[in-house]
Amino acid sequence: MPIRKDSKDRYVEVELRRGEEPLWMRCGACGELVFRRRLRENNYICPRCGAYFFLTAQERIAALVDPDTFQELTLPLESDDPLKFSDRKPYADRLREARESTELSDAVVVGRGKIGGHEVVLAVMDFRFIGGSMGVVVGEQLAHAMEQAAEARIPFVLVVASGGARVQEGVLSLLQMAKTVAARGRLARAGVPYIAVLTYPSTGGVMASIASLADVTLAEQGALIGFAGPRVIQQTTGERLPPGFQRARYALEHGLVDGVVSREGLREELIQVLDVLSGVPHGG
Amino acid sequence: MADERTIRALEEKVAELRRLVEEEGVDLQEELALLEERLQKLQREYYQSLSDWDRVRLARHPERPRGLKLVSQVCDAFYELRGDRMGGDDLALRGGLARLGGQPVGVLFHHRGSTPEEQRACRSGMALPCGYRKAVRIMRVVERLRLPLLTFIDTPGAYPGVQAEEENIAGAIADCIATMLELAVPTVAVILGEGGSGGAIALAAADRVLMLENATYTVISPEGAAAILWKDAAAAPQAAQALGLSAPRLLELGVADEVIPEPLGGAHVDPEGTAQAVREAVLRHLGELQQLPLDERLKLRYSRYRNAGNLGTKAKTG
Repeated sequence: MPIRKDSKDRYVEVELRRGEEPLWMRCGACGELVFRRRLRENNYICPRCGAYFFLTAQERIAALVDPDTFQELTLPLESDDPLKFSDRKPYADRLREARESTELSDAVVVGRGKIGGHEVVLAVMDFRFIGGSMGVVVGEQLAHAMEQAAEARIPFVLVVASGGARVQEGVLSLLQMAKTVAARGRLARAGVPYIAVLTYPSTGGVMASIASLADVTLAEQGALIGFAGPRVIQQTTGERLPPGFQRARYALEHGLVDGVVSREGLREELIQVLDVLSGVPHGG
Repeated sequence: MADERTIRALEEKVAELRRLVEEEGVDLQEELALLEERLQKLQREYYQSLSDWDRVRLARHPERPRGLKLVSQVCDAFYELRGDRMGGDDLALRGGLARLGGQPVGVLFHHRGSTPEEQRACRSGMALPCGYRKAVRIMRVVERLRLPLLTFIDTPGAYPGVQAEEENIAGAIADCIATMLELAVPTVAVILGEGGSGGAIALAAADRVLMLENATYTVISPEGAAAILWKDAAAAPQAAQALGLSAPRLLELGVADEVIPEPLGGAHVDPEGTAQAVREAVLRHLGELQQLPLDERLKLRYSRYRNAGNLGTKAKTG
């Protein structure tokens, strides 16, 4: 993932962390060495240049939910590598490495918690796990999460960090678009609110399905939001991409999202939305 | 082992010999018969052992029956509906009202064009947001009139352009999937050529999904997968194999319900026969679906998509 050097919209990809947490982390945008703890206290925003570090699902959850309220509901599932896919490296190896380095079973963490006192079902995608891509496990976790929200009649909050469908699971990944949209239909019929938070990146098959169907859609400042990647667009059409193309502010200007929110303000913004929604007949 | 070049060469030789026999009365009947037999044997061998990459090329064959022409052959009459009523009309994704087997139906299909000008006008079947919005509009019309919906899919993918992004191509596809999943009428999707990623599934969230024998259905083009995962465009044939995009494979995986056979050599060898086979299969599936009560049909459709891909998950090991 290339890191843009715009002054406002910087996202810094963080190296996969194994085992022990490093004491210091270097900002990929300005080069500053930052105390890990200081970075955490600052929402993983570089104190010198303001760049956003990629968040792990756990870090994102910690930044959003009220302390000690998160109860994980992620189903104990793994991908079975249904196509026995192999490119330059077997998919099974990629999966094992991703599981080891992230300590996740796949690219999403699901649970129940409170945000500003409001009960929510929260699903947070993790870009470190094969680009946050949606395969059969992510699709099942998201569908399950929406069913939980529909049943409990509490709002569903999805934080997207995904490049799209998982290529290594072929059409079965593509079908997760239909699967998550079908589950979203149940949620909608139950009258339960669904709030999406689009972060860097929210693209491809995830954006062309579940991530586009929220009742309220927020974008984290600097988020990349779109269907086709910039390279595909340029290669296919030869078009020049306008400045800020597919970034959060651009998405707001083109009517694709309801608001652009800084990382520091995201929790408060969600509380505001949940406050307004409280008392929605079937789950506020 | 039969290969394409040998077959082409033999075809030319047979044609030349036939011309000699028929036009110039040269006595080579026996040789001609022998060569024809050998050609047929080679063709059978070749087309019965197609690689997935061979199928990708057949699905993209310039003479493959497709689009408006094929839909007009499959259906008895077709009346086109145009425009999304929000400022656009897309020539790459078209649809309207038609008659099939004595009943009115709704149809939606990708159109790739045959002449260069037409192909430019419809971007070779890569639909715009207004195309997917028109599709949603036509779905609503069809549902209101209680007509079954047939979709015919043949697209490299949705159009990747700046304006398409600004007009929310992702959201338009998502709305199309959502609308199709909830339609109260029977739906049958037929993948005719290329079923390219999001642009294809937008029309494929149906009660039944049928595929022509050499059609493909994939999350990403083999070239795209080769570039991303192999870092080498030349790996497209391997990527095609790995992606499991062929009709027989997708039948095994339960993604497709039926594979509609094509004539030896591919659908373009006999466009009318292909249209007839598609028509027969669609009518059969439609008949089955129309026997089911509405709530049962919707329940089956929901569980089909709600459980999609579950065969690819397993209980956590570690």
